[in-house]
Amino acid sequence: MSLARQEAAARPLLEVRGVSVRFGALLALHRVSLEIGRGEIVAIIGPNGAGKTTLLNVISGFYHPYEGRIVFEGRDRTRLAPPDVAALGIARTFQNVALFKGMTVLDNIMTGRLLKMRGSFLLEAVYWGPARRQELEHRAFVERIIDFLEIQAIRKTPAGRLPYGLQKRVELARALAAEPTLLLLDEPMAGMNVEEKEDMCRFILDVNSEFDTTIALIEHDMGVVMDISDRVAVLDYGRKIADGSPDHVRKDQGVLGAYLGVSHE
Amino acid sequence: MSEILYGVLVAPFRDMAGSPAFLAEVVLGGVFAGLLYSLVALGFVLIFKASGVFNFAQGVMVLFAALTLVGLLERGLPVVVALVLTALVMVALAFAIERAVLRPLVNQEHIILFMATIGLNFFLEGFGEMVWGANVKKLDVGIPDRTFVMAGIQVNQLELFAAVTAAVLVAVLAVFFHGTRIGRALRAVADDHEAALSIGIPLKTIWVIVWSVAGIVAMVAGIMWGAKSGVQFSLSLIALKALPVLILGGFTSVPGAIAGGLIVGVGEKLGEVYWGPLVGGAIENWFAYVVALAFLLVRPQGLFGEKIIERV
Repeated sequence: MSLARQEAAARPLLEVRGVSVRFGALLALHRVSLEIGRGEIVAIIGPNGAGKTTLLNVISGFYHPYEGRIVFEGRDRTRLAPPDVAALGIARTFQNVALFKGMTVLDNIMTGRLLKMRGSFLLEAVYWGPARRQELEHRAFVERIIDFLEIQAIRKTPAGRLPYGLQKRVELARALAAEPTLLLLDEPMAGMNVEEKEDMCRFILDVNSEFDTTIALIEHDMGVVMDISDRVAVLDYGRKIADGSPDHVRKDQGVLGAYLGVSHE
Repeated sequence: MSEILYGVLVAPFRDMAGSPAFLAEVVLGGVFAGLLYSLVALGFVLIFKASGVFNFAQGVMVLFAALTLVGLLERGLPVVVALVLTALVMVALAFAIERAVLRPLVNQEHIILFMATIGLNFFLEGFGEMVWGANVKKLDVGIPDRTFVMAGIQVNQLELFAAVTAAVLVAVLAVFFHGTRIGRALRAVADDHEAALSIGIPLKTIWVIVWSVAGIVAMVAGIMWGAKSGVQFSLSLIALKALPVLILGGFTSVPGAIAGGLIVGVGEKLGEVYWGPLVGGAIENWFAYVVALAFLLVRPQGLFGEKIIERV
């Protein structure tokens, strides 16, 4: 391994450095810094309106900060647009499930594979052979994800007809189809019952270990957060007030005060 | 009473059986006209599929392309050069529309984008006539307008040429947008802008591609219609004929646009020739709209369109 690459490997995968975002008079994020190392599962928690989703939107390029930087794999990525961020290997899901509702589950996941497909639009129209072969190769990978997330039975169902819990799972599948290096999950377990949550936890842990994917997630269920994450970052009113192992954060007085709104005693 | 029934139900078919060669000519004429309707309808379908926008300006784009082509030919350019330049103008127009109209309105309601295309319609109409003048012009791209007899049927060479071109273009587009990558990207963009962006679909590129293709389809339609009946303002009104075609075929379906165009084309010609005399003629002008109305009552998503499911 060359020196430069060793250095790159030692650096965190993603560095958020002193990022601030403002919506008019509202300061949504104030000089937030966060590092996410390769292979980690990092949970971002905080009360409603703390700026968690804003932080995710900054990382995935939907918002651009007015100060601070985003560094991904050692390079400055602060000003990229969402499709370019996706091309770097950052995939995400949305708080309110953004699936292609008219398309089948299979087509949704295949669409997530788009960036992995090569070839110009024009050649695709002319050359049936290569385009078909490519389609089949990608189809094989997508089938693997379908098996992995146990959604075989619904692959031909239009996504809009699925119950909420399954839609969340399909959205995760679509994100995985891009084989991301970093996966951002915005409340992957919101509105799920206990069994669905357990399934989702298992999937997240398996994705992390089997696909080598680094994961950052926003979650409100403290039990889940403490169980699956390697590290927890706490936001409150747009500022980061704590960052550390689940045990460390659980005992932090500032977090208890701000997040739970009650004293420990 | 029985006379009317006879006139509606029996006489037309007796006439058809009596002279099959004439029937074939009528059907053929309908197919030709229908393919041209399909071509105009296709422009709508492409844009509607990719952005959910009903492009009110599609008809004017046909006129604009034809005007540009005629204008360039009048300045003495060779046909091939003029064709290429006109195609480039349509692509440039797509870039300009993306930049000036679509990008500032991203994530807005569809109705707002629709209103914007109405504005675009007026702009293009005025701009085209300002640059190229408003008088009726003859468009001659060197396709002979002769009639020959094939298997006992009279065939017009220009119409045949137009039909073949339209058929080829339609086939290429159908393959181009079928299945695989681009088709899926298009549907994804139409379904959810935000999600499409997040998985790496560049919205702007897709829009420019789609509007360029729609512009070139409009150009081909403009050439065919223009060569037949001259380039003039009424050219933009063929967009009105595309509406019933879209309702028949479904707003989201490329094959639907083709089938719809053929049904309307053949239907109105047959209606005019065999049933027209019963009501004093001119069925051709309203036949398509009546069929479309019937379809709206029975099958509003059209023959091939996607049924829109909305959860409340």
